[in-house]
Amino acid sequence: MLYGTLFIVCIYYILPLWVMVMTSLKGMPEIRVGNIFAPPVEITFEPWVKAWSEACTGLNCDGLSRGFWNSVRILVPSVILSIAVASVNGYALVNWRFKGADVFFTILIFGSFIPYQVMLYPIVILLREMGIYGTLSGLVLVHTIFGMPILTLLFRNYFSSLPEELFKAARVDGAGFWAIYFRIMLPMSMPIFVVAVILQVTGIWNDFLFGVVFTKPDIYPMTVQLNNIVNSVQGVKEYNVNMAATLLTGLVPLTIYFISGKLFVRGIAAGAVKG
Amino acid sequence: MADGARRNPLFRNLTAKLAAVPMVLTALVVFAGGTVWTVVYSFTSSKLLPKLKWVGLDQYERLWGASRWLVAIENLLIYGVLSLVLTISIGFMLAVLLDQKIRFEDTFRTIMLYPFALSFIVTGLVWQWLLNPEFGVPSVIKAMGWESFELDLLHDPKIVLYGLLVAGLWQGTGFVMCIMLAGLRGIDEDIWKACRVDGIPRWKTYLFVIVPMMRPVFITTLVIVASGIVKLYDLVVAQTSGGPGNASQVPAMYVYDYMFQAQNLGQGFAASSMMLVSVLIVLIPWAYLEFGGRKRG
Repeated sequence: MLYGTLFIVCIYYILPLWVMVMTSLKGMPEIRVGNIFAPPVEITFEPWVKAWSEACTGLNCDGLSRGFWNSVRILVPSVILSIAVASVNGYALVNWRFKGADVFFTILIFGSFIPYQVMLYPIVILLREMGIYGTLSGLVLVHTIFGMPILTLLFRNYFSSLPEELFKAARVDGAGFWAIYFRIMLPMSMPIFVVAVILQVTGIWNDFLFGVVFTKPDIYPMTVQLNNIVNSVQGVKEYNVNMAATLLTGLVPLTIYFISGKLFVRGIAAGAVKG
Repeated sequence: MADGARRNPLFRNLTAKLAAVPMVLTALVVFAGGTVWTVVYSFTSSKLLPKLKWVGLDQYERLWGASRWLVAIENLLIYGVLSLVLTISIGFMLAVLLDQKIRFEDTFRTIMLYPFALSFIVTGLVWQWLLNPEFGVPSVIKAMGWESFELDLLHDPKIVLYGLLVAGLWQGTGFVMCIMLAGLRGIDEDIWKACRVDGIPRWKTYLFVIVPMMRPVFITTLVIVASGIVKLYDLVVAQTSGGPGNASQVPAMYVYDYMFQAQNLGQGFAASSMMLVSVLIVLIPWAYLEFGGRKRG
């Protein structure tokens, strides 16, 4: 009974992935006559090739590969910068407490609940003033800002669970702010850095709103380009290419998810448990 | 440094303060400043560019007179309530199922949680394909012999919201299940023993003992899920683009279209301020319960 229920539930969760893979391996004629659940009679990788290097958005027909590399170029600096800023910040909050820090931290946490739509336009203005609106660095900055609440919370909670004697001993030995951070905190917190990386990679890769608002078409991230390809109204719908493109976009977070296993769970739990 | 520290308390801990500058800027300029800015400008007649020309509540009057906005709000309410109730109850039930000391627990959890790693765009597009009336699940059911079966969850304005709901549940229930499971694991084994000694059936123990004990977990989940629902945007864009017609519009789409497409900033600001209000409706009672009763500390 128990296993039966679980089994049926799992089918609901697995089916979309199954259908995606199967559809992406079929030719269009087979899709038109066949059942979407059926495995392909004739396996073809052409939809994958087409999705990657030929699919069109508007006048551009160089496929999703462009979006993929854009996403990579957005992802790498955003992940590094946001984690660097938030970890130092969390460390300052725990070990170098100063007056007023809690107030800012509370604003930060409450701010994370504010719908992004409320802050979009002021950020557009800020970025324009700084001369980086519509550029890659602008988007990186935006990801750093919006990653800060959750990451700071994550690092703050982790650092405050470390024994304080460690910090005090280092202080007595004359180590300063950065020395303690790099020589003691950093080496001791590798697991939490991995959790942060997982959280940020999946979060930033999956972002759509910021990509569409803060970048221009030629540097659109993969999710935006994918949506433009699949939901374009021109031309005949090629469902197999669409599904191959969708799978390609989902591949990065899925890989992270299946490799990281328990750490992914820890990441989302950290987001849920209040600080 | 030591001298400076004695003279001016502002310079004590200077490096730490410098390190916290990004946080201070984010909190004050972007979060607090940006929010206030948008709310202030929602009382102006800004069109293409933000201008401080006051028009009072005009934008809000126009907003609440716009049929598209009313549809968006109605959709958000229906989708929101259904999605909240269903994600939390299904998530909890799945967690209970996984809590029965079963084998392959990790495998089951991995399967239920993987959609959460995917973006709403991917989720929306997959379900768009699955619900495709010509080739998708409806056609398969027809081919299996139920000739009169008609279910077009994407193009029928009356039921398009349920199409979104199916996709939203697929993506989000695993997450709730995970949090609930962590909550269940945090319950003391002795509680279970006591209930068993008293002869209370398992399901009753869950309903009347465990659920009340997990109240904080439920509340946290509620707040997280609810504030996510208000932001609902990508899923709709990918799955239905707000259509057919305006049938599956949501507030976030209204905001985006007015701010970045229709060049009617004032409307966009007013609409986003209303979104803020709806989050506050969820957030303030929660903050009051969490921090109001006992003094912060």
